[in-house]
Amino acid sequence: MLLSGADILVKTLIEQGCDTVFGYPGGQILNVYDSLYMHQNEINHILTAHEQGAAHAADGYARTTGKVGVVISTSGPGATNLVTGIATAYLDSIPMVAICGNVPTTQIGTDSFQEIDITGITLPITKHNYFVGSVEDLADTVREAFVLAKSGRPGPVLVDIPKDVQIATCEYEPAPPVEKEAAHAAKDIRIEEAAEHINSAKRPYVYFGGGIVSANAQEEMLALAERIDAPIGCSLMGLSAIPTDHPRFLGMQGMHGHYASSMAMNNADLIISLGVRFTDRATGNRFKFAPTTNIIHIDVDGSELCKTVNAVCGLRGDVKLTLQKLLPLIKKAERPEWSATVNALRIKEAETLDNREGLTPRSAILTINKYLGENTAVVTDVGQHQMWSAQSLFFKKPRRFVSSGGLGTMGFGLGAAVGASFGTNERSVLITGDGGFGMCLQELATAVSYKVPVVIVIMNNGVLGMVRQWQTLFYNKHYSNTVLDRKTDFSSLARAFGADGEAVASVEELDAALARGFKTDGPYIIDCKIDKDEFVLPMLPPGGSMDDIITKTEVEQ
Amino acid sequence: MNRYTVAVLVRNRFGVLNRVTSMFRRRQFNISALTVSETETSELSRITVVFSGEETVKQQLMNQLYKLPDVCSIKEFNEDNSVSCELLLIKMQNEADFREDIRNAADAFGAVTVDYSKDYIMLRLTDTTRRIDDFINLMRDYTILEICRTGSVSLEKGSSTIRQIINF
Repeated sequence: MLLSGADILVKTLIEQGCDTVFGYPGGQILNVYDSLYMHQNEINHILTAHEQGAAHAADGYARTTGKVGVVISTSGPGATNLVTGIATAYLDSIPMVAICGNVPTTQIGTDSFQEIDITGITLPITKHNYFVGSVEDLADTVREAFVLAKSGRPGPVLVDIPKDVQIATCEYEPAPPVEKEAAHAAKDIRIEEAAEHINSAKRPYVYFGGGIVSANAQEEMLALAERIDAPIGCSLMGLSAIPTDHPRFLGMQGMHGHYASSMAMNNADLIISLGVRFTDRATGNRFKFAPTTNIIHIDVDGSELCKTVNAVCGLRGDVKLTLQKLLPLIKKAERPEWSATVNALRIKEAETLDNREGLTPRSAILTINKYLGENTAVVTDVGQHQMWSAQSLFFKKPRRFVSSGGLGTMGFGLGAAVGASFGTNERSVLITGDGGFGMCLQELATAVSYKVPVVIVIMNNGVLGMVRQWQTLFYNKHYSNTVLDRKTDFSSLARAFGADGEAVASVEELDAALARGFKTDGPYIIDCKIDKDEFVLPMLPPGGSMDDIITKTEVEQ
Repeated sequence: MNRYTVAVLVRNRFGVLNRVTSMFRRRQFNISALTVSETETSELSRITVVFSGEETVKQQLMNQLYKLPDVCSIKEFNEDNSVSCELLLIKMQNEADFREDIRNAADAFGAVTVDYSKDYIMLRLTDTTRRIDDFINLMRDYTILEICRTGSVSLEKGSSTIRQIINF
């Protein structure tokens, strides 16, 4: 079948099972959009308000479905607008394929109108990228991009297609959807070593991250924790992988993690780490991190082993397959003493919880929890509200917490929430701040156009709260450029976009607003007033160790 | 700090060298020499990287290389299991007082005179990196006009080849 490059691209996307793609048209991708028009019964294109929103939407779609998210843009500014979205996906290992148009090959390198070297720009933020020089290479390049995006440690891949390649024709041969590259368990010898360490540990702690979700290894991890009677903690990226109320689960650890989770990790004699990468936000000062603790590190990406912390035993391999081989070597154990220590930490944490009356960050999140179905995705932006959400949201199913962990992208939330709603086919919740929401709020137009059901709770404190918190603690309260105090009326803003919303100042009002929001066809904004001096606690100061942890009482002094 | 030589077989595609060196730059690996050339098959190129650092840095560099889809195989070389050499071209000022000394040094190192005029002498030396360093140091007593060296290339001893390695 003789087809144009544009048709081949769209056919290949359909062949890969893409039914929903996000994007924004432009001059050098017109042919692809013409082909999308012709194939609109087979593939649904969601038009966003800005390419960045489209990239975040593809990301949110990928995070909630586990499928490869696809975003399409034109050349030049269209392509550069994707950059933050691609980088966000890269840092959180999210499978994504970004398709960009470019000027015709004859014009490449001449600084033509809207020409940019997007493969050069995205080199450090993609797993790999391609410049397609001839139509004959197009179908296989797109297929290869999908294989790469979802194999091993997932990530974004970009395919740059000049306009003449979209126009040129060649023979298209349909093919079945590509498979992931085969996964492998770690080497047997390493697994045996790990088993010895686990069997001789006295205070083991199971620590997991996003890798558990990608590998779908929750069951094996829980079996391991059960067999060795260990508590479980996670990084931000691990949240929602296992039910929040699992009896062994202590929650997120790290800079703003749960006290019990961080302390248990610090007190453990063995940290069994699964699909994590020990960033500074998870470890604090890595030279002081868990100094007397042995670390077993299992990750599909060998470069993560011994990158920031030294593991006594590093296992390169698929987490699920490796755990399956490891489990039979693990002796069943009961550790009443260690369990008692962990329980004591839980009790101490419960004492530090913020139980104040009235509308507080925690009471707001707990109120939101009442409305979450098991399938509801909760998306956040970045900052204080993100940490409050990570600490207190309640999850029942994996892939239902969507947050920019690695890059920390303010403005991620709304686009990602649109993608999450398409991914789950259900209403999603966006918890954001007035700062982050202000960065990319134009996607409200997208949500209205497509009647995307998303309840948007803006934790509105009139300041850039997280930066302000640092200024309070470490910069002598010099509130340099963190006081927004804007006059934006978010409910009117919602109406201007064709949506609806309201402002709330108490838990009761929030409760009622959520009830209305959860019945609304389309987006609904809840402008939730929060005091500007609220802190995210506990806090491990940057560069500090667990001994430096700041808890509620200490700050009040 | 140790000195490491790593040979990397990559797909011979447009921009591959950029992918490799860009990774070195953004992760701040300190590369002392790097050579690239086509190989026995036109589909593959071979990059030889020489760098200094700790063992963990080397391990991290190799692990990061493994992750590049264009990288086909990687092999670390040491002095016992491989032969390494590089090429030096050096331009010396031709001064009557030192002409004899330069010639003697060149003879001792096996450097060949490849061009000669009353103003300058150009010498060529193929040897190990260390021997070339030594030769250049010797020449510093005279007037060096210009130096160009290629960086090290290495091949494993014996009949096995880098293409036979299965890295994954």
